[in-house]
This record gives sequence, C-alpha cells and structure tokens, in this order.
Amino acid sequence: MNEILSQIFQVGFFAAVIRIATPLVFGTLGELFAERAGILNLGIEGIMMLAAMSGFSTVFFTGSLWLGVLAAVLTGVVAGLVMGLLTVSLGLSQHVSGIGLTLLCSGLSFYCYRLIFGQPSTLPAIKPFETVALPVLAEIPIIGPILFNQFALVYLAMLIVPAAAFVLFHTPWGLNLRTVGENPLAAFSAGVSVTAMRYQALLLSGALMGLAGAFLCMAQYNAYTFGVISGRGWVCIALIVFGQWNPWKSAAGAILFACIDALQLRLQASSAINLPYQVFLMLPFVLTIVGMALVSRNALAPAALLKPFRKEAR
Amino acid sequence: MNGVRLELRTQTPWWLNLVLPLAAIGLTLVLCSGLIVLAGANVFTAYTKLFLSSLSTPFNLVETVVKATPLVFTGLAVTVAFRAKFWNIGAEGQLLAGAMAAAFIGACEALPAWSLVPLMVLGGALAGSIWALIPAVLKARYKVDDVVTTLLLNFVLYYGMMALLDGPWKDPLSGYPDSPDIRAAAEFPILLRATRLHLGALLAAAAAAAVWLMMRHTTLGFEISAVGENLKASRYAGINIGAVILLTATTSGALAGLAGVGEVGGIHFQVMAGLSPGYGYTGIVIAMLARLNPIGVVPAAIFFAVVITGAEAMSRATGVPVFLADVIQGMSLITMLAALMLTQYRIRANRTEHE
Amino acid sequence: MENPSLLEMRGISKRFGHVRANDGVDLTLNGGDILGLLGENGAGKTTLMNILFGVYTPDSGRIAIAGRPVHIRSSSDALAHGVGMVHQHFHLVARHTVLENLMVGQSGRGIRLDRNFILQRMQDIEQRFGLHLVPGARVSDLTIGEQQRLEIVKALIRGARILILDEPTAALTPQETEGLFTALRAMASQSMGVVFISHKLHEVMAITQRVVILQQGKVAAEVLNDGTISQRRLAELMCGQEISPPSKSSAKPGAVRLRMENLRTPGGARPSLKGVCLKIRGGEILGIAGVSGNGQSELADVIAGMLPPAGGILEINGKPVPRYTPRSMQALGVGRIPEDRMGTGLIPALPLSSCMVLSRIQEFRFSRCGFLKHAAIRRFADQQIESFGIKAAGHQVRTGTLSGGNLQKALLARELAWNPTLLLAAQPTRGLDVAATRFVHQRFLELRDRDCAIVLISEDLEELFALSDRIAVMYEGRIMDILDIQTATVANVGLLMAGVGGSK
Repeated sequence: MNEILSQIFQVGFFAAVIRIATPLVFGTLGELFAERAGILNLGIEGIMMLAAMSGFSTVFFTGSLWLGVLAAVLTGVVAGLVMGLLTVSLGLSQHVSGIGLTLLCSGLSFYCYRLIFGQPSTLPAIKPFETVALPVLAEIPIIGPILFNQFALVYLAMLIVPAAAFVLFHTPWGLNLRTVGENPLAAFSAGVSVTAMRYQALLLSGALMGLAGAFLCMAQYNAYTFGVISGRGWVCIALIVFGQWNPWKSAAGAILFACIDALQLRLQASSAINLPYQVFLMLPFVLTIVGMALVSRNALAPAALLKPFRKEAR
Repeated sequence: MNGVRLELRTQTPWWLNLVLPLAAIGLTLVLCSGLIVLAGANVFTAYTKLFLSSLSTPFNLVETVVKATPLVFTGLAVTVAFRAKFWNIGAEGQLLAGAMAAAFIGACEALPAWSLVPLMVLGGALAGSIWALIPAVLKARYKVDDVVTTLLLNFVLYYGMMALLDGPWKDPLSGYPDSPDIRAAAEFPILLRATRLHLGALLAAAAAAAVWLMMRHTTLGFEISAVGENLKASRYAGINIGAVILLTATTSGALAGLAGVGEVGGIHFQVMAGLSPGYGYTGIVIAMLARLNPIGVVPAAIFFAVVITGAEAMSRATGVPVFLADVIQGMSLITMLAALMLTQYRIRANRTEHE
Repeated sequence: MENPSLLEMRGISKRFGHVRANDGVDLTLNGGDILGLLGENGAGKTTLMNILFGVYTPDSGRIAIAGRPVHIRSSSDALAHGVGMVHQHFHLVARHTVLENLMVGQSGRGIRLDRNFILQRMQDIEQRFGLHLVPGARVSDLTIGEQQRLEIVKALIRGARILILDEPTAALTPQETEGLFTALRAMASQSMGVVFISHKLHEVMAITQRVVILQQGKVAAEVLNDGTISQRRLAELMCGQEISPPSKSSAKPGAVRLRMENLRTPGGARPSLKGVCLKIRGGEILGIAGVSGNGQSELADVIAGMLPPAGGILEINGKPVPRYTPRSMQALGVGRIPEDRMGTGLIPALPLSSCMVLSRIQEFRFSRCGFLKHAAIRRFADQQIESFGIKAAGHQVRTGTLSGGNLQKALLARELAWNPTLLLAAQPTRGLDVAATRFVHQRFLELRDRDCAIVLISEDLEELFALSDRIAVMYEGRIMDILDIQTATVANVGLLMAGVGGSK
C-alpha cells in the first residue's frame, strides 16, 4: 500500500493536479460571473466544446497557438451574447435556454469539425503549448516544479482567481454586478443598467469558458475529440455550489476535484487495483454529487439567480 | 422609444399550439441553411433528402416509427418532469439504467420464458425510476440543484455501464464490450412482418395516452402542474410537495427507462456502448416542441426521428455532415423557447406620439 | 415666469393594456414644498412617480426640472436630474451592508470602491437632516424604519433635490413616523421638494402644504392644506363619494375556537414567536396589530399549518392539533387568506377554476379515486365567480390576469366555500381599492355574525379599528397586550407596537 501511495504522491502528481484544475478554474470563474449577475449559464458545456473546436482549428491552419486562444475566447463571447439575448433580453427560462445553447454549440462543433477535417484516419493534431519555467521561481524545491514549470495558460489561471476576487468585492463594477444578482430592482433604482450588467457578465463568462476549451485542446491535449469536455462544464457548475459562489473557494474546489481526477488517473495506471478503468472515471462525478449534497442545504445562491428582470413588468 | 410592447394574454388560443412549433421549425431550417451552404451543398436538395428519404418507401416509413419509439418515451419523461419544474436532464442515464435492467432480466436463464417480456418492462421502468429518484431525493431532502445532479448522474451511469461491459459483461470470445444477448423468448414481438417495428412502439403510444390521461384527468397531474407553476402556493394549499416531486421523478424515470427497454428488447437484444445516441437529450427538445403536451410528444418525436434517420441519407447524397441533425435539435429548442413567449404575451405596436 | 418651479409635469399619460393609469396629469412642485399625492389604490399615484423616476416611459407628456425640459428614460437619468425615490417596497440588498448599498451605482471614481467618500457624505447628511445609520450593519439586521432611512440617505447621497416617498409610513409605528416627518421638514427647510404619496389622510394633513388628488388616472383636485380643509372633504375628493365605516353589531362571543398557550417557533432566518398566548371565540374578530417583522407572519404561518411550532400549546375547537400541515388545518375547519395572495394564495399561470379548488382537490366533491371531476370543478368555479362577483371572462382565464381585488375575491371564494369555523386573514385588503375593501370587510362581518372566529392580521390601523372586537398587539414575537375595542386608542396601540407598556 505504501508503495502505491509513494508511487502516486510525487511532484509529477501535483503538477498534474494543477494542470487538470486549470480548465476547471477558467470554467468555474466564467460561470461564477454569470451566476453572480443572476444568470445560470447552462450553456457552459457546449460553449467549452465549441470554443475548443474553433481554437483548435485556428491553430491547425495558422500554426499560431495564441491566435487559437483568441478564436476560442471570441467563440465564447459570441455564445455568451446568444445566452444574453435569450435570458436577458427575452427573459426566457434560463434552464431551457442553457440546455438549448449546449445542444446547439455541441452540435455546431461536431458539424464544423466534420466539415473542416472530414473523417481522417489519423486524428489531426497540433503542436501544443509547451511548459514555461519561470526564472528563479521554478528553482524553488517541490513548489517550483509543481507551480512554476507550467503552461502559460496555467499562470493566467493563477492570476485570474485573485483578479476575479478583487473585481467582485473591491470595485464598483463588481458591487454593481453582485447587486444585480441579489436584487436587480436595487441596482436599477441606483441607476445601474441590469441588462448591461448581465450582458457584460455573460460575455466575460463566455470568454473564460472559451479559455477553458482552449486549454483542453491546446495544452492538456494536442487534438480535438468529441469527448474533449465530457462533463467538465457541468462539474464547474457543481464547483460553484461547493465554493459558495466565492472565487477563492470555488478555485479550491476545482483543485480538490483535480486531485480526485489525477488520483483516478494514477489508479487506472497502477496495476495494484484490478477494476475496469471506467470505475475510476466515475469516481469524480460521484464525489461531486456527494460534495454538493453536503453543502447545498445552506447554500448562499445569489437571491435573484434564475429570475428575469423586466422593467415595465406589471 | 421602443416600437413594440409585450402584453399579457388572458388565454392562449389553441391554434398557437400548432403554429408555434411549425414556426420554430421553419425558422430553424432557415438558420441552418447557412450551414448547408457552408458545406457547399444545395439547400433544397439537402432538405429534400433530409425529410423525404425517411418517408419515401414503406420500409423507411416504418423505420422512422421504430426510431421514434425511444424518443416518444424520453420526450414523455421530460414532459412529466418539466411540468413539475423538476429539471430532469437525466433521461439519458435513466434510459441506460432501463436498458441494463432489461438486458440483465432478458438474459436470465432462471426465469420462465413467458415472464421475460413483462419482467423486462417492469424491471426497466423500475431501474429508470430508481435512477431518477436519486436526484429527486437529493432535491427534496438536501436542496441539491436537480439540473446538475441529473446531468452528472448521466456520466456516472454511462461509466458504470462501460465498466460492466468491460468487466463482467465482456464477451469472453470476441472480447468486445457487448453484454450477452437476451434470450429469444425475451425479444419483443414484431408487429409488422419483415420490419423492425416491435412491441415498444405500441407501448410508447399507450404511454403517451396514459401520460395525457394522468396530466389532464387525475389529481396527481393537477398537483404536478400546481407544484411546477407555484411551489409555495401549492404547499399552502396543502399539497405534499415532497411526495409530488418523488412521484414525478418516479414516473419520469420509468418512462425514460422504458425507452431503454424498447431498444434492448426490440432492436439490439443487448447493451453496448452506442445504445443511445443522446435520446435523452433529444427528449428535452421534443418535450419543449410539444409544449409539454403528452399527445404533442408523438408528432414531435416522429419529426426528430425523420431528421435523425434522414441526416444519414442526406450526408451520403450531399456530403453535408450528419451532425446537421444535432444542430437542428439545439436550434429548434432555442427557437421554440423564443416562440413560447408568444403564448403568454401578445406583441403590440407602441404608440409613439411623444417626442 | 422668472422663477421656475423645481418640477413641472404637464399632460402625463400612460396606458397599460386597456388601463389608463395616467391620463393628462399636471403636477407642479416648488422648492421647500412638501406635496401630498393622494388617491385610492389604482388611482395612478405610483405610476406617475415611477414615470418621474424613469421606471416607466410616458406615452405622452412633458417634464421640466428647474425650468429645463428633461427626458427621463431610466433611473440613472432621474438621479442625474436630482430626482430620488423611496419605493414602498425597499430596493435594498439584504445580504449587503449599509455602506455597500450606498455604494451601488457609484461610478467614475477610480477602479477601487471609494468607501471614504461615501462615509463622508453619510456624516454630512446626518448633520443636515439627522438621519443616522451604522455603515457596517447588514441590511437584513435593520428594522423597517432603519431600512427606510437607508433608502432616503441613498437618494440624498446621489444629490436628490426632489424626493419621492411612496407610502412611506405603511409599515412604521406612529413614533417612527414622527421621526420621518422631522427629517422631511428639515429637507423642505433646505429648499428641497418632497412628494409624499399616501392614502392615510391624517398624515397627509399633518405633513404637507399642498395636496394633489388623483382619481382614475386624472387630477381630481388640487387643494392648499391651510387648515381650512377637513379630512372628510379630502376623503370625498379622493373617492368621489362619501365613505363610511362598515356598520357593526356588537359581538356575541361563542365557544373557544383557537387557543395558544406559550406558543414558540424555531428561530433562525425568520423572527420567532417567543411564547404567544391568545384565545379567540366564535363570533368575534381578533385584530393583530404590530410593526411588520414582529412575528405576525409567523403567527399566520402557524395557524395556516405552514410552520410547526417548537413548543407550547395550540388547540383548535378545544382539541390539540394532531399534525401541523396545511391540509390538516383545513380539515379542522380553518380557512386561510395568506398575506401574499399572488405568490402564496393563488397560482397566476393556472386557470381560475384550478386555483379555486387548489386546496380541496382531494375532496370527494372534486375528484374520485384520483380522477378529477372536471364538470363539478367548473360548476363550482362558475357558481363562486357569480356569488362573489368576480370580474373574469370565465373560469378558464389565466388567474394572473385578474386585478388585485378580483384575486382576493377568488381566494375568499375558495376559503369561504367550506364554511370555516376559524378564518385566518393576513393583510386581506392590502392594495385593494375602496369597493373591494368594503366587499371584503362586509364578508368578514357576515362571517363573524355567523359564529366564525376571525384572526385579522393587518398593518392598517384604520382597518383594525373598524373591524376588530379586540386588538392584540405583537412586539418581538410576543403579544404585548390585548385591548378591547371600546377602550383602545391609536396612541395606545402605537406605543404597544413600539414595545412600550403592556400587561405581559
């Protein structure tokens, strides 16, 4: 047993945890901004999928990874705009709009991928991001190789968490956003445009989800497959509940989930436990549900989540 | 300033129920034609292939009905759940649960031959119910958001099924991840000779009628609608919310489970990885297109069966990717949702005499 | 005019569907004015002020502030022109602090939230108008009076010169109202303009200098409050007819219908009952007075079966209640009119007939073996629509499209159809017009004379004094005292509402 443990908990394991957590952090923060403004963005799974596809294709044809990231972000922004049109402007059911957006975006990503690449016998691949060792910091024992010998996008994720917390809790824009999510009327009567705030939140949300998709097929993997997201978007939504709509706690939740995911990957690889590997794949999902059950009772969801706002409603 | 204004309707005229889905589908097809152009194909040819190939021969026609069978079940499952605003996005997992139960019972040598089909139906419905009860209990007892749990449970069940197929159920000879075939006596009777039209289609039609009866004529249906529309008022009026949610989940899960039973008993005779190409998710689109009306689910399911089967013929003939069917599903859900606003509101032009 | 008035509204019209909420309304406000805006519910007061505040865009009409024509398209436009509004239902974020609520909408002051700027303004406003607030307090911990003060400070911080107050005294104790008036007078003395919307005549008489009376969306009269006008005259102008309190025979109390002894409810997010004792007999109306948030809603929920008590005795018709569920309370003959008729009483999206049988669908009359008897339901609905005079195009209309008065009638029709021996009515006439209010009052008195016991929870003291046989005053989860109607006075009740005095 000790042997298995020491086999698992190496520096490489923790570096992998950080890598696995990165797209979840992007997705979770994206969803967080939307939910803090009062919109449950169930389009996340599809947006990540479509962004991954568009980003990958861009890299494949231009050879520029950063152009691919840009394409993925723009894809996310456009999808966020569509979500805004449905849930903010038209005030439609956020549940059904989100599911619809996910179905549409995943359908589009399959369609466009097939259109662009046909059905090749070998998976089209790109030259993915390479890790960048930060000078000095990477030299720190243990922490260095885990945190500071990573992809550029990982560093971006590390910066985005404190930035999100700062923006939400210490800037006028963040206060307005939270007010829109708690009591849109209060925001409105203070001269804040609820519509504008919700659109901004959704665009930002889409952009971050786009980053998540970009990371998955440009850093974590080097190709796009139909199963590239496989439920990660939904996990992000669960992580927000788990993290009580707080960027720090949600990011911590993402790391916890990544630990479980990395662990199951190692267990799959280790020959010590003889179970079909799918049992391990199942594990993170089961634990996510258990985690939600533990915290949901006293969840502090934004008070106006799921509620459309219509100025002249009467 | 704003040229139009929304006005609340006192009643919804009945013809809107027909016009809106058609308008939504029409709009979807217009929007999707851009994708066909992108694929370098002729829009008219592609749509002709998409819609007419599945209706062109009697055999294809029957095949469409065969394809529609699981869709009717999942559409009904979603209809019942959404009426109570129990956001069951887990019909996919419940379908697989039903299929696994059916495959297990159908292959069981210890059971008498005559009991196999009824037991498969019951067992599959039960398995689907149980799988749907997990999120319902979590929602009723721990206030866990049902959307996320039902979605995550789809993955849990899928991986669970794959683990079975890769473990105990793996074909010892070929090594394929397929479950053992069900016994011959467990195969659903064929309704029409030389076709695949099986008992499941009949069950699906009966289920649609039964769900309609339940929603329209029983106190349970009444309470489901009440709970879905206003939870607090329902509780105040004395309706047992927890019981209604659990019964809704049971019914919804059973219906989704039956979709899986039909696929195993009537089509595949075993469980394998690609058993459901997302029937559970298509059920959501169908239910919304039918405006959560159980009878409307049947034509909506047939429509998507046409699209799904037709997409392959269209792809072969024109080179447009087969995934157009998926795009149409997502798009029509969104256009229908937008169109639904018109059932509650009437659009009126604003008088703009000031300024 | 060389000296333009602070605010001029000319020919303001606004329609909602077929309803003309405002129809060519003119209104002038000068600096130093406190203007009363009177009218029944539905007369268009709130609509007019919402137009001034940019919530609604008028269909026609002009607005000028300090002589300059303005177009107010949003609340930020209104704020920019110095118009602030305190809505009847406060627009505050319960989870945020006072300071955070004041900072919402702050813009153009750098990237970080500027706390010091707001703190300084708060001090300034406290000095000028005597409005004190604790910046770090959470709004959910404030009293209603403090929340209102926060709303006023919010408007003042944004530089409001015109302050609109919509029914500001509805949930205040008489003493808190006095405090509000002091602040308003301070504002007027510093040449601000105040619009005071109310239907409480004595308050309008006490604070305003001029009164504009709206009736069915039009200005019915504009009078100077110079001491020559009487409350009675104002009331007549407001309703277009003379109003008289419902005539009431003396009570003939019968058997005890409801008894509570030391009743307690669990604490937590809501205020709790901390040992309520009451007794009510058939044939009497027991009024429950109190500032909102002192346990009245919880008392109502206990009687409705929504909130199981944590301890104490609750007896109905002399027997302890076996199970605390809404259904078992109904079975014991308790009729229930909830506070929030749209959210708790009825289901807006369902047809009227469904709403009218909602609580009784399991009865043999409406279903058998789990199957609905549609014909019986329809017949029942039609019959009740007729006998309660509900204005609806039929039993199949969407309930949400009915007016407030008709919604309340539908709710009464549902609850009274089963001849309750105990009726719980929470805020039964809130937001209703005079005719509907009179209808509800009449029904209550009839019921009382047929030996039903009625628990009437209301924030409207006039209503309580007009209907009750005894008035119980609640304060912080307890009954302060129960007064006989013959000896009770408004001042007396007001002090008890503020927690002063009492026998228990």
